Amino acid sequence: MTSTVRISDVTKSYGQVKAVRDASFTLDQGELVALIGHNGAGKTTLMKLMLGLIRPTSGAIEVLGDNPAAGEFAGRRQLGYLPENVSFDPALTGRETQAFYARLKREPVAKALDLLDAVGLGAASRRRVNTYSKGMRQRLGLAQALLGTPRVLLLDEPTTGLDPELRQTFYDIIARLAAGGATVLLSSHALTELEERAGRVIIMNRGIKVADGSIDELRRLARLPTRIRLKVAGLAPQEMPGWAPQDATCRRLNGHIVEIDAAPERKIELLHRATAAGNAVEDVDVVPPTLDELYAHFLRQSEQAP
Amino acid sequence: MNVLIIAAKEIHQAIRNRWVLAATLLLAGLALSLTFLGSAPTGNVGVRTLDVVVVSLSSLTIFLVPLIALLISHDAIVGEMERGTMLLLLSYPVARWQVLLGKFLGHLAVLAFATCLGYGAAVGALAATGSQIDNDSLLAFGAMVGSSVLLGAAFVAIGYLVSALVRDRGTAAGICIGLWLLLVLIYDMALLGVLALDQGRSISASVLNAMLLANPTDAYRLINLTGFANVSTFAGMAGLAQTTSLTIPVLLTALLGWTLLPLGLAALAFSRREL
Repeated sequence: MTSTVRISDVTKSYGQVKAVRDASFTLDQGELVALIGHNGAGKTTLMKLMLGLIRPTSGAIEVLGDNPAAGEFAGRRQLGYLPENVSFDPALTGRETQAFYARLKREPVAKALDLLDAVGLGAASRRRVNTYSKGMRQRLGLAQALLGTPRVLLLDEPTTGLDPELRQTFYDIIARLAAGGATVLLSSHALTELEERAGRVIIMNRGIKVADGSIDELRRLARLPTRIRLKVAGLAPQEMPGWAPQDATCRRLNGHIVEIDAAPERKIELLHRATAAGNAVEDVDVVPPTLDELYAHFLRQSEQAP
Repeated sequence: MNVLIIAAKEIHQAIRNRWVLAATLLLAGLALSLTFLGSAPTGNVGVRTLDVVVVSLSSLTIFLVPLIALLISHDAIVGEMERGTMLLLLSYPVARWQVLLGKFLGHLAVLAFATCLGYGAAVGALAATGSQIDNDSLLAFGAMVGSSVLLGAAFVAIGYLVSALVRDRGTAAGICIGLWLLLVLIYDMALLGVLALDQGRSISASVLNAMLLANPTDAYRLINLTGFANVSTFAGMAGLAQTTSLTIPVLLTALLGWTLLPLGLAALAFSRREL
């Protein structure tokens, strides 16, 4: 694996405020990385640093072999960026805008215009951008980010304003690009969407990287309990099944459901017990900690640490 | 290449926004009215009409062209930053100086088009009404149009410098209005006042020349009102034309300097901007 983006000990301060503190990570080819964090956690700052729009206070950045802080931009032909709240010159039409950006990347204009259909802009592409809705601007933003064959895609909140159908198409497109070897870094608040798709998650809090790894790795690190939900027949309200261990947290959810918090290593044991002969279990659901819960966990952890 | 792509887009946008149309119509309308109304007091007897037009049009240009140039240029950088379009543009494989130069060429093309067409209408109208136009007058007129474009270029560059330095569009607009007032109106009055007070005691001719070159509008005025003998007689500046040591190449260099220096500084300020 070759890395496309390298961030080493990067700090960016705005006066007293440190937007990013000592962040280090490397992104490899073919990775789909989710960058998550509160507003103001430093996600956008990190992307701007990678683009050379701002310079780091200390530390080094390398993107596709360029040092963006020194104004090098040869690699940007293979880089796609979708800013948060993307905006375009209102007087031009979608097609004119896309053609302009294609020329800057030395891409054939005809191919670039096909992208407009791929993101479902269709007939609206002949209208001026100032008539566009937020969702249509976002589609145009995606179309320009996908120009050429990007080796690095930086997407800042890419799915805001997209309808569910286009969201699906969007994730299909970026999954295809990642499979083809592109590095995709996307920040989002829609954690449930990212859960199944991101191969790796980087969690930022107040400019500090608090967690970095695949969802499974994060689950192992966080040691959050897996919830086992059982539908048990013939149980009185408030009553817990007799086989449930005393040291595990159990609760009743509604009429029939019993929920048990299982520590990662006791998961199998508990399932064995529940399904042992004689227990009236009708149905089982195993719910691993979601990205939401992992995120909350790592934030809590970083807030407690001095 | 990138510079030309950006210039082409600026021109395209200016056409779309009707900037080109508005500027051309404004300049043509004023040029035509000056051509016909302006010749009323002198009449047409024995006076070369085009020379009179050069005098009146160049006086008008001093007010109008800087204003149009500053209007186009003051939000070139800070405006795009505020609208968020600069963020995306700079993520493309373009250098910041290319963005600035591209915009400059685009805006200059718009201004040149409006000036040539607008003022050209005046010559066209004179020729159509059967006025006599000789080569000397035509040369003076051509120089007037050319130097007007150069004056515009200087003010576009000054507008960029302001735009690259300030934080928001409102400030840029305010500063540009202030600069316009200063360079177009106040400077000459102040200069006149100082000269009147001084009575030629401490301000020598070379100091005066330096003061005239320190303002692009004065350099422009001198080019057009003293540069051509046929014109300077009508401008009432024939006396000054004989005494001044500021030749046309010097004046043109001053205007060029007034373009390149602010443009260079704007590029420097822009390259250090964080957004």
